[in-house]
Amino acid sequence: MGELVQLTSFGLTEGEVLGALGRVKVRDVDYADLYFESCVSESVSMEESLVKRATKSVSQGVGVRATAGEKTGFAYSDELTKKDLELAADTARYIANSPSGTLAVPVAVRQRPTRDLYPVERTQVEVATADRVSLLNAIDAEARRYDPRIKNVMASFNTEYKVVVVATSDGTLIGDVQPLSRLQVTCIAEENGQRQAGSFGGGGRVGFEFYHEGDRYLRYAREAAREAILNLSAVEAPAGVMPVVLGGGWPGILLHEAIGHGLEADFNRKKTSAFSHLLGKRVASDVCTIVDDGTLPGRRGSLNMDDEGTPTGRTVLIERGILRGYITDKLNARLMGIPVTGNGRRESYQSVVLPRMTNTFMLAGTSDPEEIIRSVDRGLYAVSFGGGQVDITNGKFVFSASEAYLIEGGKVTRPVKGATLIGSGPEILTKVSMVGHDLKLDEGIGTCGKEGQSVPVGVGLPTIRIDEITVGGTQR
Amino acid sequence: MNQQIQHYDGYSQLAMDLLAKAKRNGATEADIIIADGETFSVQVRLGAVDRLTKAREKHLGLRVFVGKRSASTSTSDFSADSLNQLVAETCTLAKAVVEDQVSGLPAADQMAGERPDLDLYDPTRLNTEQQIELAKRVEAAAMSMDERVTNSEGGDFDSSSGRVVLGNSHGFLGEYQSSSFSMSVSPVATDPETGTMQRDSWYAVQRKFSKLDSPEAVGLEAARRTVRKLGARKVATQRVPVVFDSETAGSLMGNLCSAVSGYSLYKGASFLASQLGKPLAPEYVTVYDDGRVVGGLGSRPFDGEGLPTRKTTVVERGVLKSYLLDTYSGRKLGLASTGNASRSVGENPSVGPTNFYLAPGTKTAEDMIKTVKQGLYVTDLIGFGINMVTGDYSRGAAGFWIEGGELAYPVEEITIAGNLKDMFAGIEMIGSDLVFRGRIASPTVKIAEMMVAGN
Repeated sequence: MGELVQLTSFGLTEGEVLGALGRVKVRDVDYADLYFESCVSESVSMEESLVKRATKSVSQGVGVRATAGEKTGFAYSDELTKKDLELAADTARYIANSPSGTLAVPVAVRQRPTRDLYPVERTQVEVATADRVSLLNAIDAEARRYDPRIKNVMASFNTEYKVVVVATSDGTLIGDVQPLSRLQVTCIAEENGQRQAGSFGGGGRVGFEFYHEGDRYLRYAREAAREAILNLSAVEAPAGVMPVVLGGGWPGILLHEAIGHGLEADFNRKKTSAFSHLLGKRVASDVCTIVDDGTLPGRRGSLNMDDEGTPTGRTVLIERGILRGYITDKLNARLMGIPVTGNGRRESYQSVVLPRMTNTFMLAGTSDPEEIIRSVDRGLYAVSFGGGQVDITNGKFVFSASEAYLIEGGKVTRPVKGATLIGSGPEILTKVSMVGHDLKLDEGIGTCGKEGQSVPVGVGLPTIRIDEITVGGTQR
Repeated sequence: MNQQIQHYDGYSQLAMDLLAKAKRNGATEADIIIADGETFSVQVRLGAVDRLTKAREKHLGLRVFVGKRSASTSTSDFSADSLNQLVAETCTLAKAVVEDQVSGLPAADQMAGERPDLDLYDPTRLNTEQQIELAKRVEAAAMSMDERVTNSEGGDFDSSSGRVVLGNSHGFLGEYQSSSFSMSVSPVATDPETGTMQRDSWYAVQRKFSKLDSPEAVGLEAARRTVRKLGARKVATQRVPVVFDSETAGSLMGNLCSAVSGYSLYKGASFLASQLGKPLAPEYVTVYDDGRVVGGLGSRPFDGEGLPTRKTTVVERGVLKSYLLDTYSGRKLGLASTGNASRSVGENPSVGPTNFYLAPGTKTAEDMIKTVKQGLYVTDLIGFGINMVTGDYSRGAAGFWIEGGELAYPVEEITIAGNLKDMFAGIEMIGSDLVFRGRIASPTVKIAEMMVAGN
């Protein structure tokens, strides 16, 4: 029995960590934790056929938190000396009314995650810069080869290698190593003085070889080029209420915005979510079953454990149209008296834990995707999206199509320019009348923002038909 | 540089030491930025403390050039070993990328000489109890205005201060301190008949504590903005005039700011590429970026490369007069930097606004609404539906329907769409109500026509 292996990289002993935990877990504190994080991020980027930028960042620190009732005290430090730990502990427990002094903290049981969803060696993440340079050069060549109208290719490859240790007053001392990478390509196409852009990318908690499997990186290049060229011939998008067919994969951002955020426990505990009173009620048609699953190997939204040391899981949010559960962290689960789902996440040691999504997707249905398109007389077929946003309280959400087509007489016809779709979270899924058998998860590009914190997430969707939603184009 | 260094302290010395080390590791040029600061934030909810956050942090970013190759790195670990390794790694990284003919520091004779005191720093320190009290007051004011305000996402009070030290191998060494005080509250109102909820928020932010609005004023405004949304409905799809309130008009200025950023332009990723000197909007439209507003939230004495900040006329009487540039993007476009290098530690410089704003007109918002027979007054925008390459614009919106020159009822779950080029060309009126609540600001703006999609 040596020290917890990840802890040694912070230059701390278990004794020092538990000492600090004891200092913060005073009498009136219900729960306390320490989150140690060390993160190395690297980025290489290309434009104008030149790989001309390389950056590397190193950050390390500790976040100390105490909760008492609904109150949270939080402090962080980028210094990891015993003195800094004590100072942070004293600040965090300020919210409790107890005097200082050590209280017996349950002896933390040293644990390791029960599974390894991303067994990536550091060397597979921090590959030689030369290898990344040649990857980006090949992407540039492939995109330009796709069509001579491609005038500029911008590509970047980002990696992150994060080592975390969580020590909690409920008796856990656990570490994890969390690799993450993403390859993103944007092409600018030009024809007759008209310019358009197309983007594509992917990644996950994977090593560098992932991008070479089946020449994935070249596919990203072709997809970005294809979208840019396609958009050159896009016509104005329609405006108004109409049926919309969403393609599989990334259009699952619908679920993330329309229902996912509204089911995060913090908003429901505070009763500020449009879903606050809807548990057990119908919020979707009976062809819709939606889960949040942090246990999918290698996915961008997956984690062996959340940032409170709880193993991630698979939570059924909506089961055949009925709202079944919220996603929780420890604080909100305790205050609401509901199970901890392993969704307590934070951007870094500098931020507080919030209930956040992992990979959120709808299970496959039984419809044939082509039949779904054939069922629409006049509507929109949207296959790729930019970002989305939601107002939790009134439930209104948007997501913006970046590749979409008109459906006319049951056939996909002309490409249309990007347009924002807007709907109401508690209602929109009741209008889903067909769900395809073609569930697809996204390529691994999602980043979710909440209270200024960004965390990587995944989404997924089969082809679905929404009978009516407002499309924000410019043409009647 | 014959400018006297004002605060010769540990960080200045550290910067010079690391620049010298970079040279020894093969760097031909280098610059370094060191930022540190402390933040304290308090959130209360329903009258009780919800969250206290306190921290000190520091970061150091190094950029080196080895001939025409360059790389950037950053760290929060200031131990000697770590910094020695950082310098060596940065130089190695630079040697791994290709030559970029226009890369390099700004010319030595361009560096900021005089560094005016822009009054960006307020030494006021509030203790924990004071901040809790202010956060409680802003929330209490919001909760007390109207009985339909039933809940709250919380009231916040944040204070922060920090300093930036920037040095480069030309011998430039500059430093400034800044501070910020802000408060906000997000009340939730419930419709007594339908039970539907609406949330909005209001805020105040200043570099000086004494300049902040009172918590009561902020809370009342938040409540007013929230309650007025109750009963919102959709409207029919139609093409109408659209009045943007000062907050949402500010977001249009944010879009303009992105479109005139040198990096978007030289990449061909902006709808304003090659438009310099051409008309963009009617002659009563003038837009400035002014880095030297005393006490301004976007003010700074020198930019992220050490060049002097200044006042740039971006749009003059409707004509696009200047882009916003740093040294690199300027060289790509054959133009001089406008002193708009923005530098987050660990990143290469990019272009950012200082205080970017649409010059105010003379009309009140009421006067502008009065000119609309049938149209939309926009108070909220959500989503990211803007294609900067083409200017195509489609966003979720909420606000009020205008009938016969009056606000008739609140609307939601609609979109507004058009193209930013047409929108800027279609600016019909500009309000007198310019107030800075951030680095980008605008008075109320009326646009001739946009497509509103609803029912």
